[in-house]
Amino acid sequence: MEFEAVIGLEIHAELSTKSKIFCSCTTEFGGEVNTHCCPVCLGLPGALPVLNKAVVDYAIKAGLALNCKINKETYMARKNYFYPDAPKNYQITQHETPLCSDGFVEIETEEGLKRIGIQRIHIEEDAGKAIHEGEHSLIDFNRSGVPLIEIVTKPDMRSPKEARLFFEKLRSILLYAGVSDCKMQEGSLRCDVNVSVRPKGSNEFGVKTEIKNMNSFKALEKALEYEIKRQINAIKNGEKIIQETRRWDESKGQTIAMRSKEEAHDYRYFPEPDMVYLKVDDEWIERIKATMPELPDEKKRRYINDYGLPEYDANIITSSKELAEFFEDAVLNGANPKTVSNWIMGEVLRTLNDKDMEITDVKFTSRQLVKLIELVEKGTISNTIAKKVFAEMFETGKDPEKIVEEKGLVQITDENAIREIVNKVLDENPQSVADFKNGKTKAVGFIIGQVMKASKGKANPQIVNKLVEEELKKR
Amino acid sequence: MIVDKNTVDYVAKLARLEFSDEEKEKFVEDFNKILEFVEKLNEVNTDDVEISISAYPMYNALREDEVKTSLDVEKVLLNAPDKENNFFRVPKVVD
Repeated sequence: MEFEAVIGLEIHAELSTKSKIFCSCTTEFGGEVNTHCCPVCLGLPGALPVLNKAVVDYAIKAGLALNCKINKETYMARKNYFYPDAPKNYQITQHETPLCSDGFVEIETEEGLKRIGIQRIHIEEDAGKAIHEGEHSLIDFNRSGVPLIEIVTKPDMRSPKEARLFFEKLRSILLYAGVSDCKMQEGSLRCDVNVSVRPKGSNEFGVKTEIKNMNSFKALEKALEYEIKRQINAIKNGEKIIQETRRWDESKGQTIAMRSKEEAHDYRYFPEPDMVYLKVDDEWIERIKATMPELPDEKKRRYINDYGLPEYDANIITSSKELAEFFEDAVLNGANPKTVSNWIMGEVLRTLNDKDMEITDVKFTSRQLVKLIELVEKGTISNTIAKKVFAEMFETGKDPEKIVEEKGLVQITDENAIREIVNKVLDENPQSVADFKNGKTKAVGFIIGQVMKASKGKANPQIVNKLVEEELKKR
Repeated sequence: MIVDKNTVDYVAKLARLEFSDEEKEKFVEDFNKILEFVEKLNEVNTDDVEISISAYPMYNALREDEVKTSLDVEKVLLNAPDKENNFFRVPKVVD
């Protein structure tokens, strides 16, 4: 029997506000322990939470960017549970009335465009951070009250690959919209996943498990691959899947059942009595809409339609906001969009990949890349030399003209000079000349290669081709 | 809804509270009385009435996104039953 997986994600993103959701403490990451705290985020009795307007702005923006309906009248709820990182013994969140609902994100799968439903987005406060040490847990409340949005998808994904594509696309949209810095290593973007399996074609859902603790796209994909295999094997062996929470153990490459709770969670949600209704009107929504930058899907269409980029290239360049900005800067500096795109898709991304770097880490500017392109177009250097100059520019951030000058890389276009090199190479390779005379045309390629080598790659390739042919015929 | 001893046990566990059998008996009695009293509300027809979260007709109590000075860490830890290197220290809890 063939099985298919049913996958849904729950994503928490920290919003880019300066202050916390219900108090004026800073949201800055990495402060000294317990120095970003006040009576509100410490949950001291009598402290009154007051909602940060920017939290609503950012959440609406996220909702619009993810094609959601914005719900005009909502209220906050108390989610009751005991855990030492939650100082009030409840979390203020939204339950019956999420701020945004019914959206979608489109992903590019091998079978074409696929729409992944967004069930809801709600606003809530983050908890503190617990470090477990020996017999104790140590608690830092700096993160307590940092604003979050929780994004819940519909169970629309069918493979680990789709889940990864979705998560990558979602991150890119949130970054474009500027609602979160999405730094996974700092925990400002976190992902939990629900997964079950069922016989392919079935309309019923199997028993699902929840997996936590995946802090990279790769981890999400690997954890899902493992868990789906585990569930299928269990079913094939006649075992029952237990609804439970599992943790991804990166080093073991396994999902491991977390100590199962003795009883199901009973959060006893009720409307938060310390807060009032939140009403959002059309004017507010329009005001946020006006600040929405161009999102990746729109940008991609524009690159294809206006710049004539292939869809594949447009997809990759727009997948990162910074890469797209780099590309557009270069185009604004007067370079041909297709040439810039070829450079980005080729040398730039290849080198970034090799060095495990991001476009934001590079030392050279888009203006310098444009200068390099101009040097090739003017015939000052050949394409081959340009790649060498690029490598140097990547390392040092020096101007391409300066690199060409310092290293004496200007292209040789002087026919006499090149003819001299050609003849020298022919003299040194009588066998190749003889081969050519005997009809072995392959010999030409070898000779051209030797000439280019002798000129240290600086000879103009077209002129070399022409002169090798001429001089061979004379022999 | 009828509250029995199991309900009291369950609610007490959720609230992390411990009671003697005697106290629990009392709670069963009290809870049932309270619920019976609140049952009276069911006599009112609320079909067209929207849920209310506040007795006051208020909405959008919001603040601007401005950072103000937080408490000194010494003050933050004043109520800490136990501490270590400016952390709150509690018995180990792992879920």
